[in-house]
Amino acid sequence: MTLADSRARVPALVSIAHEPAADLALLEWLADGCDRYTPMVMAMPPLGLVLDITGCTHPYGGEAGLVDDLLRRLAKLGLTGWPALANTPDAALALARHRMADVGDLPSTALEVAESTHLALRRAGLKHITDVAKQHRPALAARFGKDMTDRLARLLGEVDIHITPRRAPTPIEAEQRFAAPLAHSDAALAVIETLAVRAGLQLTERAEGGRRFDVALFRSDGHVARLGVDTANPVRDPKLLIRLLRDRIGGLSDPLDPGFGYDLIRLSVPVTAPLAASQLLLEGGTLAEGEIGALVDRLTTRLGRNRVRRMIPADSHIPEQAAFDLALADSPFSGNWPAVIEGDPPWRPLQLFDPPQIIQVIAEVPDGPPRRFRWRRRLHEVTRHEGPERIAAQWWRRADGAGLTRDYYRVEDGDGRRFWLFRHGLYGTEKPLPGWYLHGLFA
Amino acid sequence: MSRPDLQSLVDTLTEPIAPDTSRLTLGHPSTDHKLGGGLAQAALHEVFATQEADAPAAAGFALLMALRSERKGPLVWLREDKGRMNGRLYGLGFHELGFDPDRLLLVEAPDTIALLRAAAEAVQCTAVGAVIIEPWGKASVVDLTATRRLTLAAARSGVLALLLRTGDPGPSAATSRWGVRAIPSAQLPADAPGAPAFEISLLRHRSGIAGFSARVEWNRDTCVFTDLTDPAAAPVATAPLPGVVPATAVVGTNHPLPHPALTRKQRAA
Repeated sequence: MTLADSRARVPALVSIAHEPAADLALLEWLADGCDRYTPMVMAMPPLGLVLDITGCTHPYGGEAGLVDDLLRRLAKLGLTGWPALANTPDAALALARHRMADVGDLPSTALEVAESTHLALRRAGLKHITDVAKQHRPALAARFGKDMTDRLARLLGEVDIHITPRRAPTPIEAEQRFAAPLAHSDAALAVIETLAVRAGLQLTERAEGGRRFDVALFRSDGHVARLGVDTANPVRDPKLLIRLLRDRIGGLSDPLDPGFGYDLIRLSVPVTAPLAASQLLLEGGTLAEGEIGALVDRLTTRLGRNRVRRMIPADSHIPEQAAFDLALADSPFSGNWPAVIEGDPPWRPLQLFDPPQIIQVIAEVPDGPPRRFRWRRRLHEVTRHEGPERIAAQWWRRADGAGLTRDYYRVEDGDGRRFWLFRHGLYGTEKPLPGWYLHGLFA
Repeated sequence: MSRPDLQSLVDTLTEPIAPDTSRLTLGHPSTDHKLGGGLAQAALHEVFATQEADAPAAAGFALLMALRSERKGPLVWLREDKGRMNGRLYGLGFHELGFDPDRLLLVEAPDTIALLRAAAEAVQCTAVGAVIIEPWGKASVVDLTATRRLTLAAARSGVLALLLRTGDPGPSAATSRWGVRAIPSAQLPADAPGAPAFEISLLRHRSGIAGFSARVEWNRDTCVFTDLTDPAAAPVATAPLPGVVPATAVVGTNHPLPHPALTRKQRAA
């Protein structure tokens, strides 16, 4: 029935557009919250969540306790859940979908295989899973294919498959649960400090340090706040970690909101690296390398990973590709800069425009130097120039070998300001009227 | 503030700062002589671009001061995101001035406040060689208090701190203030521009050294500033357009460039 028809029959009809993306976001959000029960959580869109609770039920006094806790929390959010417990994820999902408690009672459609298979099973009078299970398996496999018998075995709990958790299990974790939720951020930070000490002990035993630390703050209303800290060098010092986390919290665009309080805080170390105990200098003082590392960590934590950068040379003759800056964390140390020629003035500018800025130029044709140019609404008379330095396009990159040649000029205007200009394309042969660009500024 | 905190604060404030006597020289004898043997290295110095268009020259001069500094350790260059509007810092250009780009740590801050916080962190770190702080535009946030903080931190750690600024100088606690202007460089054969040339003027010095200016150029190979051979002495013709070129052959870009006098006339009309 169309919406118009329905509205004609029921004038008070309220229609709400289906938003699959929002539904998925809600499901993911719930899955995040279920992280409190077990690290093995998988979202099954559109409506399912699978939790592997093996060995995770003791804080709740058994499976029933855990299910009650989950349902209570869902009810607080105004959601209804249909829990089902089974030995395999397939069986649990099928039970939840059909609102049943026993695998044997499931209709044979719970196999969820091809429509023709369901039709054949129905015609053979095999209405329930138990009926199908009694059949000779090789015969079923021969008739309907191996997929069907595999699925049957998983429903019956004969074969187990592992779920793919949303989050990779981390090597080191420390967590703290609270009987009454913590309603204050400072109290939460104090707890994180004790967790950092515990994680630090584990790291010391393994002679490792963390390169990344994640803190998950589970709010009692189901929200999970996550904080991440990256470090340049492996770290296991709780004091340093707390300082980084404080910086991180200080730098959040929306401050931590404890709301109704946190009832579980977890610190995990997903990335670790070997870290041997370090020797202090005999004459006192600290190691300079470590200090720079600590400075980089503080700046990275406060400003973000991509804001602390390093210069990297690259093997290219295209100026804007010959050197660039990359996040320090991602870039290797190179030290491979091209040699400079003694006695020459600087050939490359201190500041480079990327992309180059279009300018208006008066120059002789076909390949004369620029005489006068206008940049940012100011006219510059060129008094000195050097060039052209001809830089060809990367013709080997393109099948047709096309691309515009650039003629670079180092120029100086009457006020002594030095610029790097280029003509884009060869007059007449490559372009009827080549454009001019300002590419850089010399000191 | 609890009592131990207060005590530590009092200790920090009253702690006698061990005078770091190392000097930063420019390698230009007359300038160094006027400065009484060079600038204090463990201090904050302001470098002003005389006009906005002189900003690259000021940046270059600050970089070369950092290069002249004898401190080991990386140069931390802090700038704001908006700084990219005037081009990104180009590693090859650093290298061409004689500065090893591998020594550079580039930090980009979203705004001036974040820039100053990051600068405070960097200046406190004793393993850093020099810090160049480049706020965007006028940056009135960089005031007396902010510069005083940086000066104290630099004195404590021994780091050379340089503040790159444009616009009119405001109150500041910096040890010295320099005005930098690009000037025509010494001419090379075939009318080519030469090594970077600056007119540097000492605008202010806390210990009362009288202001002066000097016209210097940078010698990359010996890593010193030298006297500029004055190009005004042998004036270079302002490269007149050769008369033999027919008028049709003078071509601009897609937007033909009107003569300035013409535009003025058109505007008047």
